Amino acid sequence: MKTCLVVDDSPFIRKVARKILEELSFEVSEAGNGQEALDHCIVTMPDAILLDWNMPVVDGPQFLEAVRALEGGTRPKIVFCTTENHPGHIARALIAGADEYIMKPFDREILAYKFQEVGLIDAEAEALADAGKPLA
Amino acid sequence: MIAAGDYEFLQHFLKQRSGLNLSQEKQYLIESRLAPVARKVGLVGVEQLVTRLRAAPSGAVADAVVEAMTTNESSFFRDKTPFETFVSFVVPNLIDRRGSRRIRVWCAAASTGQEPYSLAMTLKENAHLLPGVTVEILATDLAGHVLERAQAGLYSAFEVQRGLPIQYLLKYFEQKGDQWQIRPEIRAMVQFRQFNLLQSFAGLGTFDIIFCRNVLIYFDIPTKADVLSRMAKVLAPDGYLVLGAAETVMGISDAFRSASGRPGLYVANRLAEATA
Repeated sequence: MKTCLVVDDSPFIRKVARKILEELSFEVSEAGNGQEALDHCIVTMPDAILLDWNMPVVDGPQFLEAVRALEGGTRPKIVFCTTENHPGHIARALIAGADEYIMKPFDREILAYKFQEVGLIDAEAEALADAGKPLA
Repeated sequence: MIAAGDYEFLQHFLKQRSGLNLSQEKQYLIESRLAPVARKVGLVGVEQLVTRLRAAPSGAVADAVVEAMTTNESSFFRDKTPFETFVSFVVPNLIDRRGSRRIRVWCAAASTGQEPYSLAMTLKENAHLLPGVTVEILATDLAGHVLERAQAGLYSAFEVQRGLPIQYLLKYFEQKGDQWQIRPEIRAMVQFRQFNLLQSFAGLGTFDIIFCRNVLIYFDIPTKADVLSRMAKVLAPDGYLVLGAAETVMGISDAFRSASGRPGLYVANRLAEATA
């Protein structure tokens, strides 16, 4: 089972993301800021990280730089998940080593698609995630 | 819950106007699609809307009903593979065979434009593999309001996060407030036109590739067969037809046969032509 660390200072967002990710068969851990996330990654490097931008103590971009510099830090697929939707932010995130970028608000379909895009889930799993939505 | 007589009337009306074959279990769809139309034209509920339609089966209200029922959800790079096949197999094959570097594509159910724009982005992304190649994309749909949306090329954050890798969003879209607009150079690659598949294809010209994905499913078999055979007539003899992932021509039309090993891709069935 693939592991995903959800990094967001909102407990509500973490809960919503957890629910979707567990339905997509991920084992989920949570961190409330970049420092907690880094502490977690030093012990166990997850397969995937869903990363908020604005957080206290250590924010998303700071965490990204730090985690990529860790041993094994290039392995996880890191997907930003933030209200920041300016192209400048997006470009900056990608240049800094993020694999994909989700703009809040997001739904199950978007999360599943982005995770499929970076190779965390296969197309079939994504299609099953889609299956709930009504046909045209 | 819609009365049986009203439902039958709608089934007949929609079939006449658009070929849409509304099966028996789609009452929920009527409610969700037509209640907003009723409200918009100042009526209360679908029942009143049907009464209006019976009195005036053509005109603005009738058009609004047809459009509401025939609008399909669309997404960028839907099913992914057809776009890869388009740029890596179909287009190069056609260019090699002909020596001409001009290709005409018809997107026959363009909806809000994601399919033709996805083709355009794919071509831009792979321009270095297709030097000097011009692809003309004609995108048609029955519904005027979706075409307006397609022409504007303006999409919500939800729409640009389905099917679009983030790099494509950065490369091919401009942020406009909460929305994202596809760049002018991509918009310029597609020509949109309102068109009903039930009407004659004369005057559309000949195409090298026809995309007809996830629209035939709404027609009954005779209508499907008719549309396919008329499409064969406007497709170049060595041209390609692309259908949706779950669709097939088998048992419906022998104007086409499967292009070996490539799901969703069809070519003209020469044998059927030769013996016709």
